[in-house]
Amino acid sequence: MAEETTTNRKAKREPRNPLPRRPPKERANDFAEVALGFDVKAALAEARRCLQCKRPTCIEGCPVGIDIPGFIKAVEEERFEDAVSVLKDRNNLPGICGRVCPQETQCEKACVLGKRQEPVAIGALERFVADWERDNIESRPQPNQGHDAPKVAVIGSGPGGLTAAADLARCGYRVTIFESLHAPGGVLRYGIPPFRLPRDILDREVDYVKSLGVQIETNVLVGKTLTLQELMEEEGYEAVFIATGAGLPWFLGIPGENLSGVYSANEFLTRINLMQAYRFPQYRTPIRVGKKTVVIGGGNTAMDSARCALRMGSQSAILYRRTRAEMPARAEEAENALAEGVELRELTVPVRVLGDEKGRVRALQCQRAKLGEPDASGRRRPLPIEGSEFDVEADTVVIAVSQSPNPLLPSTEPRLELGKDGRLIVNPETNETSIPGVFAGGDIANDAGTVIAAMGDGKVAARAIDQHLRKKHGLGPSPH
Amino acid sequence: MHQHDGKFEILSKRVMAPGTTRLEVKAPRVARKARAGQFVMVRVDERGERIPLTIAERHPDKGTIAIVFQALGFSTRQMADLEVGQSFKDVLGPLGQPTDVRRCGRVVCVAGGLGIAFMYPEIVAFAEAGNDITSILGARSKDLLFYVEEIEALSTHVHIATDDGSLGHHGLVTEILAGLLEKGEHFDYCIATGPIPMMRAAVELTKRYDLPTLVSLDPIMVDGTGMCGACRVTVGGEVKFACVDGPDFDGRLVDFDELANRKRAFVEEEERCRLEETADRLEKEREAEQSGDATSR
Ligand SMILES: Cc1cc2nc3c(=O)[nH]c(=O)nc-3n(C[C@H](O)[C@H](O)[C@H](O)COP(=O)(O)OP(=O)(O)OC[C@H]3O[C@@H](n4cnc5c(N)ncnc54)[C@H](O)[C@@H]3O)c2cc1C
Ligand SMILES: Cc1cc2nc3c(=O)[nH]c(=O)nc-3n(C[C@H](O)[C@H](O)[C@H](O)COP(=O)(O)OP(=O)(O)OC[C@H]3O[C@@H](n4cnc5c(N)ncnc54)[C@H](O)[C@@H]3O)c2cc1C
Ligand code: SF4
Ligand code: SF4
Ligand code: FES
Repeated sequence: MAEETTTNRKAKREPRNPLPRRPPKERANDFAEVALGFDVKAALAEARRCLQCKRPTCIEGCPVGIDIPGFIKAVEEERFEDAVSVLKDRNNLPGICGRVCPQETQCEKACVLGKRQEPVAIGALERFVADWERDNIESRPQPNQGHDAPKVAVIGSGPGGLTAAADLARCGYRVTIFESLHAPGGVLRYGIPPFRLPRDILDREVDYVKSLGVQIETNVLVGKTLTLQELMEEEGYEAVFIATGAGLPWFLGIPGENLSGVYSANEFLTRINLMQAYRFPQYRTPIRVGKKTVVIGGGNTAMDSARCALRMGSQSAILYRRTRAEMPARAEEAENALAEGVELRELTVPVRVLGDEKGRVRALQCQRAKLGEPDASGRRRPLPIEGSEFDVEADTVVIAVSQSPNPLLPSTEPRLELGKDGRLIVNPETNETSIPGVFAGGDIANDAGTVIAAMGDGKVAARAIDQHLRKKHGLGPSPH
Repeated sequence: MHQHDGKFEILSKRVMAPGTTRLEVKAPRVARKARAGQFVMVRVDERGERIPLTIAERHPDKGTIAIVFQALGFSTRQMADLEVGQSFKDVLGPLGQPTDVRRCGRVVCVAGGLGIAFMYPEIVAFAEAGNDITSILGARSKDLLFYVEEIEALSTHVHIATDDGSLGHHGLVTEILAGLLEKGEHFDYCIATGPIPMMRAAVELTKRYDLPTLVSLDPIMVDGTGMCGACRVTVGGEVKFACVDGPDFDGRLVDFDELANRKRAFVEEEERCRLEETADRLEKEREAEQSGDATSR
């Protein structure tokens, strides 16, 4: 609350500094980053807006509990290296979070300034600090593991896995991440496009995790290449953290969905982002994007798909069954998508995919909807209007309605207890699963569906694993 | 361009038939776990596609698997150029469900063309399980057949069909199958692998004799781990992901029309990639010639 803040600060009432972005017309044609980030001047000005609250509510809004006023103070005083340390104390991947966190529902929502005017641009400042570090500090390997330190396995190299691995390596454990794809990063690599998260940033953050001594073994699908049991009983891993994400794409179950030209968002985005089909044929994975792409959904996945389609030279429209106000996408990205020319068709429910004589998509048959009472998610439920059918022309359809937890690993280990929604059941205090010594977090275990929530789980689990192993080896409590 | 870190090193190479290559690749973890019916996803280099290939042989003692492929498009041609000592960038596996190999009695195995690569590990497994094997192998011409001796050693009867009549029956493998079934030969199980029209014809036939028939599907895949849905096929009215639920399915339930349609999705792009490759090669040859050390490829 404002009363609790230091009052001797100047320039409190200056307006929030906008994050500079490339012009929509220009950026909609390539995969280079959309947002440009603060320069030093803007960063200092924005840092000065922070009230340095005595009881900083913003920290409660951050799932990993970054000392937000602490790092902002360091920025304000141009002690950028100190700002890096404050961030890295809680967050191993600040360059990523500064870019993709839905700040408006997290730290910035909890910022007291937001009550009277606009909150401090915490995300943009975090990004500034991370980028400053990248440009100014050379990273040095700093492994901290003894040759006989206990081994811990992490399954999945998304944000949850990377965070847990980094924290565990810092505690002195020998950590190996097993990743089924050929490159680490999880959704950060295969889902989120480079124009939101440039690959050099991602690579750099992954390299940082490696510099702490973490091994990453790609091309290992746990459950197939190796089982969980083999990891623990034959390969000598004393604890495991499962962070395999929510990679199972949903389809709508409507007729025509298997026509050629209909993609799940996962397929569409994986081809473009992981396999770099936007550089086809120099990169060998093809993708076919026609002249009129229609994306079904309203989340980040839908926004990313629609914006990728634009960049592949297609017109691009999003069909959403509710209205913009209910869209779960990060606000900034919805705004970016529309500015770039993505069309939004609200209150539209697809009922059938129509094909041509060659078995390719030609249109989507849709119904109009109106909003009814709120449903379990608290959002107003869309009610289709009978007899309102109409066709939307489309030669490419991307289904971005949702994903559920990846069932592959749990299906190969019956001792793992699953909830109704396919998520692993974990102890909320420790993130331990039904198997002692096996922990889980991120989208495989919680339904927050954000990068930072997965990282938060990774931190909780790393701490619990440290305690578990200390107890097992008869060591004292952790100094960390 | 190709890595030499030895992780997925090629230990032996054999041309099985014109355009068909067998590579033995070091992949100890895969070799140890692989079962009949499973496949790997491979990538040749940093820019490569992820290509699904059946694990045709596994040698857990040596820590190797063998893959057999036809140089069709860009990636398979690039793979055919790999030499012993070079490595794949990536090999992931074993993927898919292992075939449910049971002792069921007399098994008839019908394989056309590249389908022989899919079939060979099945024959090995069904023979090991104590079944009596009848194999029907076909190809366009006799030169294009492979694994014939190995399959002969495991089968009680082997029938051959070629499109051009250069060996065995002049015609289709399914014609041989039809002949055997008409003659009243009894089989307890049928496995059919090969081009879609062949599998479809086999299934239409075996349906009439109430002969359960397993087919191995090869839809387009991206990840091979159940994450993208590119490989979705309709089986018995339900959508399945071939990479995790298959690739083997009860042939009587498969919607082959849909599969054929979905497999055509990228034909034009594949063509473009091939043209690009040709241009690349010509360019390289020209450069090589200019620098005076032209080596013909
Ligand atoms: C397109 C898209 C855009 C998004 N945008 C945002 C955003 O802007 N902001 C935000 O906060 N959140 C966003 N999200 C959500 C966020 O990315 C996820 O919540 C987060 O990545 C979950 O992290 P995770 O660590 O649980 O796993 P994931 O990132 O899902 O990674 C899991 C990893 O595990 C691997 N794996 C799976 N099974 C196995 C196995 N058996 N063996 C070995 N490896 C395995 C996978 O290959 C993958 O690499 C987005 C999601 C998508 C799909
Ligand atoms: C589970 C599974 C197992 C497989 N096992 C083998 C194997 O053991 N050996 C092998 O050679 N191939 C196998 N395939 C097929 C193989 O993956 C494709 O042939 C390969 O992806 C072609 O890549 P390319 O870039 O060389 O050709 P592309 O340029 O992609 O295609 C070249 C030509 O081949 C056609 N084509 C594309 N995909 C296929 C396909 N799946 N089947 C037949 N023709 C196709 C195209 O239409 C085009 O005309 C398997 C596929 C699956 C799904
Ligand atoms: S990590 Fe995310 S939630 Fe936490 S301070 Fe940074 S932007 Fe805000
Ligand atoms: S960011 Fe907001 S809540 Fe946090 S210390 Fe600054 S003004 Fe206070
Ligand atoms: S290949 Fe992606 S789900 Fe099967």
